[in-house]
Amino acid sequence: MDLLAKLSGIAERHARVRALGLEGVGVVNDKIISPTRAIIGGRETILAGTNNYMGITFEPDCVAAGQEALAEFGTGTTGSRIANGSFAMHAQLERELAAFLGRAHCIVFTTGYQANLGMMSGLAGPRDTIYLDADSHSSIYDGCTLSGAKLVRFRHNDAADLDKRLSRGEDDGGGKLVVLEGIYSMLGDRAPLADFIAVKKKHGFQLLLDEAHSFGVLGAGGRGLADEAGLEKEVDFIVGTFSKSVGAIGGFGAGDHPYFDYLRYAMRPYMFTASSSPASIATSIAALRKLAAEPQRRKRLMENSARLFAGFRALGLDMGCDVVSPVIAVKCPDEPSTVAMWGALLKAGVYVNLALPPGTPNKLCLLRCSVSAAHSDEEIDRIIALFGSVVAEGHGLRAMSA
Amino acid sequence: MTDTAAQICKLLEPFNSNGTALSAKTDISADLNIDSVTVMDFVMEVEDHFDIEIPLNVLSETRTVEDLAKVVDSRVKKG
Repeated sequence: MDLLAKLSGIAERHARVRALGLEGVGVVNDKIISPTRAIIGGRETILAGTNNYMGITFEPDCVAAGQEALAEFGTGTTGSRIANGSFAMHAQLERELAAFLGRAHCIVFTTGYQANLGMMSGLAGPRDTIYLDADSHSSIYDGCTLSGAKLVRFRHNDAADLDKRLSRGEDDGGGKLVVLEGIYSMLGDRAPLADFIAVKKKHGFQLLLDEAHSFGVLGAGGRGLADEAGLEKEVDFIVGTFSKSVGAIGGFGAGDHPYFDYLRYAMRPYMFTASSSPASIATSIAALRKLAAEPQRRKRLMENSARLFAGFRALGLDMGCDVVSPVIAVKCPDEPSTVAMWGALLKAGVYVNLALPPGTPNKLCLLRCSVSAAHSDEEIDRIIALFGSVVAEGHGLRAMSA
Repeated sequence: MTDTAAQICKLLEPFNSNGTALSAKTDISADLNIDSVTVMDFVMEVEDHFDIEIPLNVLSETRTVEDLAKVVDSRVKKG
């Protein structure tokens, strides 16, 4: 039996998209002009699907910090954090991030994916149970699998459903970890944190909040959903990423538990991989300082998000959630029409994310936008206008049938 | 078909978009052509119908309606 024969279904699906002249999941940016502009297929394109929430990827001081670290510390660390790969700057980023978050401890990972892999598998083991939201990111699911823990899935954003499942499970003496996300990446909705904290008080579990899309974005201090909700003390562990608001690559876990730092020796995705490159760590430090010093970026992001949200609402588009969020997803009828409209938008000069099942909840087909603080009003208005002609008026569908 | 398997088939109907004839031998994912997330959504319905917990990690060897019925029966009895 050919091992790759099982990929035939994927090959067929890919061919259907290619037949439309589109490369739905393999768009190549030939040149990045700014946080909100790129050259794609020879055309200057507005980027509205980059998760570059703070628009921080071209800040001169961040770029300079990266260049300096590259020159001074080299291209790579060539080793794990527990061997030769810990440089002073890795520890410095961890200290600064812990201070930013108001947490006693912080551990930095090479990617955000590994942060969730590491934290799930470090916190929970085969004798424990992880309760995870049904809409959790794949990195959470994969981390849960790696942990070997018992996995119980509860209905998305439904604290009463979690309560029911906690009551249903027998007490096997193991620990209980509940995993939530600050902003869910596909629909842009937030976890109703207060409702879950009430369930936490009733059942007594440890709570991990993944602030990947909300770190730098929500809360007066930019610390995420727990900051916005005023419930940071109730959250035991925070996970986040450097690939969104921070504009680099990497991830982190943070907490106050006195044993937290020993997770370093219990997380395989932390131990058995090389540490982040010096340039990436240096740009993350510079960007983190910017997040702290420039709260106007958050204000601008929310203004831009509100502008796009209001524009889409005025067009009568069916959106993923009913509150303003920097993730704004438009629900579409089916896969062929979504692919066609996505392609029409790209040809007209705006890149958004094509999001299809099983990467989406409830089998939804989505045109997913993420807003940046760096978007100008004119860019937001252009995105709205193009969604108006391609999606609301259906020109994208007519282009497909033509 | 056992009573549990029959109940599972009934719960499976809303997920049976290609009109497969459901039996104890139906491979839930392959025969119904449903993806991994949809399988998990279906298992949630089964959990609620029988008021039991079916951890996702015990499902790795569960393929058919019959397999799932065995898991359900063992968990109903335990409860």
